Amino acid sequence: MSAPSTLSMFRWIVARDLTLAWRRRADVLSTLFFFVIVVSLFPLGIGPETQLLRSIAPGVVWVAALLASMLSLGRVFANDYQDGTLEQMLLTPQPLYLVVMGKVLAQWLVSEVPLVLIAPLIGVQFDLAPDALLTLFISLLLGTPILSLIGSIGAALTLGLRGSGVLISLLILPLYIPVLIFGAGAVDASITGMSAQANLYLLAAFLVVSLVFAPWATSAALRISLE
Amino acid sequence: MRGDRRLFSKVSFALAPGSFLQLTGPNGSGKTSLLRIICGLMAPESGEIRWQGAEIRALAEEYSQSITYIGHRNGVKEELSSLENLRISSGMTGSDVSSEEAQKALARMGLAGRENLPARFLSEGQRRRSALARLITCNTKLWLLDEVLASLDQAAVRLIESVVGEHLNKGGMAIVATHQELHISAGSFQRLELAS
Repeated sequence: MSAPSTLSMFRWIVARDLTLAWRRRADVLSTLFFFVIVVSLFPLGIGPETQLLRSIAPGVVWVAALLASMLSLGRVFANDYQDGTLEQMLLTPQPLYLVVMGKVLAQWLVSEVPLVLIAPLIGVQFDLAPDALLTLFISLLLGTPILSLIGSIGAALTLGLRGSGVLISLLILPLYIPVLIFGAGAVDASITGMSAQANLYLLAAFLVVSLVFAPWATSAALRISLE
Repeated sequence: MRGDRRLFSKVSFALAPGSFLQLTGPNGSGKTSLLRIICGLMAPESGEIRWQGAEIRALAEEYSQSITYIGHRNGVKEELSSLENLRISSGMTGSDVSSEEAQKALARMGLAGRENLPARFLSEGQRRRSALARLITCNTKLWLLDEVLASLDQAAVRLIESVVGEHLNKGGMAIVATHQELHISAGSFQRLELAS
């Protein structure tokens, strides 16, 4: 037997989760539609007051993104926990850190990336300028991986509990607040003609910190949940 | 210990290459807990598990490379076919299995012609067979099987006995929790009965 390559095991995990997501397309699409519909309700409800719409746009889009990510988080580990495949993953000869990274990466690609891609399009409903749309796109691109990473901690902690969906929200939404503030802040700055750089750099810094610590915390939580 | 209850104490045994251990005991006596402790999913309240002289917690991933654990939850994804399930679960443990090898293993488990059917269309016993196909393709030393014979028919039980027998002849080890009488040709056959 050749020495197991960590990279190839990582690829198997990501490929597996992407295949599973493809077999359950409805779940993925429902998250995306949720996001689109929640964001679109605001311009419809408020009417054609462009000034007001422009000023609420960053907050609305970001809050909708947070809520949409809550919808998909419950599924990260729960399904694998139920059929016993999560146990098997814990027993694979690779650091649990990498298993978690693989699963979070797949969750991000499947549930968050479509949302990031469609955000500039629905931002048009809020009469945002091309600059602001670009900032919205970049801030979501930097921010959504943080949502997936932090969310995975909550998903791991609430594994196997009843009503875990609500519990995840209570645990995780407060932790999302900094991301919301700086994500929406970046778009806000760019709408009012200021530079969004400072906010975006802070988001990038959050991303780096959560890349280092969140998978580690998630691994610890998974070990506890599976005992 | 599970919750506040002491399940068992003073359990001690050693397995040499080629030997087989059958765990028996009434429901709730701690067979599953013992197996989960041995594979490292659970930590014992006190005591230790050693693999080739070293504590398994210290060996961590190195130990995981030497064991295969199949529990009552099969670890079979309903959305994936048996073939995909087998190849993915092998790939994740670091031993890539080619499509032909996987097909051969599934054929031996009596799933020929159903390899590409999503597992949700399989019966409980067939799913079990598909999970057990991993035993044929893996090349780990120690097998830990928890009540895996439950929904299998007679023919499948005989098949598993022969697969385990071959494994033992090659110097492997197996710990199986089951109530059924097993006919396995092993260098040494031990039985551990946990009292309730």
